[in-house]
Amino acid sequence: MPHAFPLFPEQASTVAPAVDNLFWFMTAVSIFFSALIFLLIFYFAIKYRRRSPDEPPPKNQVINNIPLEVTWTVIPMILVAIMYFWGADLFVRNAQPPANATEVFVIGKQWMWHVEHTNGKREINSLHIPLGVPIKLTMTSQDVIHDFFVPAFRVKNDVLPNRYTTEWFEATKVGKYHFFCNQYCGMGHSLMGGWVYVMTAEDYQKWLNSGVSGVTMSEQGETLYHQYGCITCHGTGKGPAFADLYGKTVKLSDGQSVVANDAYIRESILYPSEQIVNGYPAIMPTFKGQVSEEQVLQLTAYIKSLGSKERNTGTP
Amino acid sequence: MHNRQSSVVYEQFDDRTQQHEASSLGMWIFLATEIMFFGGVFTGYTVYRGLFPTGFSEGSHLLNARIGALNTAVLIGSSLTMALAVHAAQTGKRKLLMAFIVSTMVLGGVFLYIKFFLEWMHEYHEGLAPGLHFTYAGPQAGHVAMFFVFYFILTGIHATHMIVGEGIMVVLLVTAWRGGYSAERYNPIEMFGLYWHFVDIVWIFLFPLLYLYGAHF
Amino acid sequence: MSSVEVAATPRIHYLNADYGIKSWLLTTDHKRIAWLYLMAITFFFAVGGLAATLMRLNLIEPQGLLVEPETYNKLFSMHGIVMVFFFLVPSIPAVLGNFLIPLMLGARDVAFPRLNLMSWYIFMTGGSLVLYALIAGGVDTGWTFYTPLSSMYLNTHVMAAAGGIFIAGFSSILTGLNFVVTIHKMRAPGLTWFRLPLFIWSMYASSIIFIIATPVIAISLALLIVERFFHVGIFDPALGGDPILFQHLFWFYSHPAVYVMILPSMGVISELVTAFSRKRVFGYHFVAFSSVAIAAIGFLVWGHHMFVSGQSIYAGLVFSALSFAVAIPSAIKVFNWTATLYKGSISYEAPMLYALGFIGLFTIGGLTGLYLAATALDQHVHATYFIIAHFHYIMVGGAVMGYLGGIHYWWPKISGRLYPDGWARVAAVVIFVGFNLTFFPQFILGYDGMPRRYAIYPPEFQTLNVISSAGASILGLGYIIPLIYLAWSARYGAPAGPNPWKATGLEWTTASPPITHNFEETPVVTEEPYAYDRIAEEIQVA
Repeated sequence: MPHAFPLFPEQASTVAPAVDNLFWFMTAVSIFFSALIFLLIFYFAIKYRRRSPDEPPPKNQVINNIPLEVTWTVIPMILVAIMYFWGADLFVRNAQPPANATEVFVIGKQWMWHVEHTNGKREINSLHIPLGVPIKLTMTSQDVIHDFFVPAFRVKNDVLPNRYTTEWFEATKVGKYHFFCNQYCGMGHSLMGGWVYVMTAEDYQKWLNSGVSGVTMSEQGETLYHQYGCITCHGTGKGPAFADLYGKTVKLSDGQSVVANDAYIRESILYPSEQIVNGYPAIMPTFKGQVSEEQVLQLTAYIKSLGSKERNTGTP
Repeated sequence: MHNRQSSVVYEQFDDRTQQHEASSLGMWIFLATEIMFFGGVFTGYTVYRGLFPTGFSEGSHLLNARIGALNTAVLIGSSLTMALAVHAAQTGKRKLLMAFIVSTMVLGGVFLYIKFFLEWMHEYHEGLAPGLHFTYAGPQAGHVAMFFVFYFILTGIHATHMIVGEGIMVVLLVTAWRGGYSAERYNPIEMFGLYWHFVDIVWIFLFPLLYLYGAHF
Repeated sequence: MSSVEVAATPRIHYLNADYGIKSWLLTTDHKRIAWLYLMAITFFFAVGGLAATLMRLNLIEPQGLLVEPETYNKLFSMHGIVMVFFFLVPSIPAVLGNFLIPLMLGARDVAFPRLNLMSWYIFMTGGSLVLYALIAGGVDTGWTFYTPLSSMYLNTHVMAAAGGIFIAGFSSILTGLNFVVTIHKMRAPGLTWFRLPLFIWSMYASSIIFIIATPVIAISLALLIVERFFHVGIFDPALGGDPILFQHLFWFYSHPAVYVMILPSMGVISELVTAFSRKRVFGYHFVAFSSVAIAAIGFLVWGHHMFVSGQSIYAGLVFSALSFAVAIPSAIKVFNWTATLYKGSISYEAPMLYALGFIGLFTIGGLTGLYLAATALDQHVHATYFIIAHFHYIMVGGAVMGYLGGIHYWWPKISGRLYPDGWARVAAVVIFVGFNLTFFPQFILGYDGMPRRYAIYPPEFQTLNVISSAGASILGLGYIIPLIYLAWSARYGAPAGPNPWKATGLEWTTASPPITHNFEETPVVTEEPYAYDRIAEEIQVA
């Protein structure tokens, strides 16, 4: 065989050991119950085998035992309750990226992954990240549903068209790890993967700054801001201004209010008539079909760079 | 032939009571599956109406609630004649039974005529038929299109049920004409009555959801 | 149970009451309709099995031994579609259910025999459409038909395949309806609900699922077809639709459908374990109600297929809790079956080997299901080979083992003849070994991170894939053996006599094969099922 085969995947993120602990707990429970059932079956099967074809059926059969039924209902209930809370607790904690996470943007399309870092560095089918820093992926798809799965980190999430999903991880080991598309997406599905490169902080900085045009995502966004004429309204007071917008709560004309996050900004660029900011006329045309998902992310980065209320990350 | 038709108990049943109970239960279960069937589309409608209330209201406004109301009345009328048909069958009045089946068929036909020629054709020409001819260009065009997708699917499935019902009534009418039903054997009429009332009730849900949601009076 | 004299083999029975192809294709006899289904699903099993064989062959090499990814995608799609909708769902209900329900109830036929025949024709129409899709070039949606991939992106025969499943769905609905009415209204005098064999309880629970869930997948596939045909947005986000809605609708059917596949098998196992240990089933009420509980809770767990789909984490938590809850009634069944063996008189004819194999494999399948219900763990194993292994332990280790066990157990009743038990035992062992060799390595592969539906995979996964493929060749062989000796025995086997296993149950009180109307006279039931202790003396005399 050309390759040794792994019986267990590498643990390379902060989450991985916690997930594996739950896995081993459940495996222990499973082995215990499987062994119990198997041994009982073997024991009964041998002890109570039919000794001759004419052996009469046993008399005075035990056909019910309520305490026993209750026992083997309650014990599994307790065990699955432990599993549930353990899993749920971990799931909820894993769902929340730390506030100081470094953002990376991922766009899936049939059948490749396009990754963009905030400083404007792009890569295809690979993801370079620093060791020991929480990374938050903001992901979307240009066509069908994909899924970004890094086995060594024990995380995955579907990547959907027309909305953002996120996942986060913090790598704990320098190295090279597979990532896969894990939601069937058509012909090239099994080819839609690549490598996550976990690097030391210095190596990562070196990599990040090599061969870059020097134009960050927010600067590219600023260029688009002028190019698409956003400035003619949003820079003149005809439309809502962008300074200090990100993370703020926005009042809408229908009385509701929303937080100005990535999803809100994306929606406002592509479907402007959906959420009208209170006090402004609904005059903005849609930019759907004109700006790409990547450009939407760049515009969002630009708006973020103009200051944000609650946090100040994601800008270089 | 005549005799075999009135030998009313099929061989798998012990007696007429058992047969009658079995077919009633079967019909009710069938209607339960129908509810689940329509339920899937209603779920889709509800989800999208929640997401796009303005577009759905706008789309609903584009429908003619008066015609919808007229059709509701026609359909309720047909349910009444159907109920009378069942009663006529139970009391063994053959001519009356045939008369009520015919009137149910006529009212059902009127409903379908209005649906097809006064509504669907009209909406098609107005450019409100997504996928075929859609020219509506208001601010919420995409969501109005979504409303009309559900409008056509829901009314389409409903109309299909009506057409199937009309077909079954032809069979019932011919059987009644040949004297196939009597005060002892009216089960098929009763079962079909349940079906027809069900189709009517579905419309009673469709009418407010589609026509009244965005109607201005 | 009854001491009515029954001839060893009646001179005229349902198999020879009438001759000619028309007497079969136009029959309303539930036993002959069971044969029609048996023929059809054996064929579909062969088609799905062939696709699986080619897949496993291809996976021997990381780059693919035989076919391009495009073809591989069609293979796994056809394997899933054919096996789920045209083999597993109809297998036990349509074959054994059709044959046995009236016999076990002491009825002459199901409530609506002509509807029963119509269901078969509907099934065949749907099946033909799917076969057409297969021959015309295949589909590559996967059996899950996720949108917008299926509705907007693929150029294969999606409409024919989805249409075929849509049509076949009505066969399930009508069969379920027929069974529920039959069980409610056609029971023999004295056959109260708690005197019903557990097989009937499990068929009742699955029929309810047929009735409630099948219309939902029918309408979802219809909506998919509309979206695809008219290019209007229902599920496609580019047109304002929501692809997650399709997943909700799809799994609202497809998760309960999993229970449709396994519940009947559980019913069969209850029959086998009692018959071959000559014991009353332990905890009859618990086993019966756990079927109903599984059917009921099974409707509320569909979201556990979508923990990583972008649905809200709170929905995830609720679905996770409910999914853990559904494990309890399954555990209760396993414990009760095991306890049934206690102080029994256990013999090891082939059906019992299948039954014991079922309990073992179902235990593993059920326990690994817990891993998937645990949200945090599912985030790692979701849609990997871990899932593949888990559901094959349930669907093949559970449903297929139960089906084969049932076929072997009731074959003497169905055909009136005995099969060679030695061969049958060999086949059962071969299938058990081959199955474990095929699917156990896939648990490891999945935890290692190999995604499902991969035509091409990283080379470090090769060893486990080769082991799995080797197992599959043994499993395939195991499935061919019964086909041969059962076909042989239908003609050349020794006459079985009415009750070769000395089992209880109304079906064993009539002749093998039964006469067209099942019983010479309507039986009267006076006691609980599985009353092996009370017939102890009778059997001793016989």
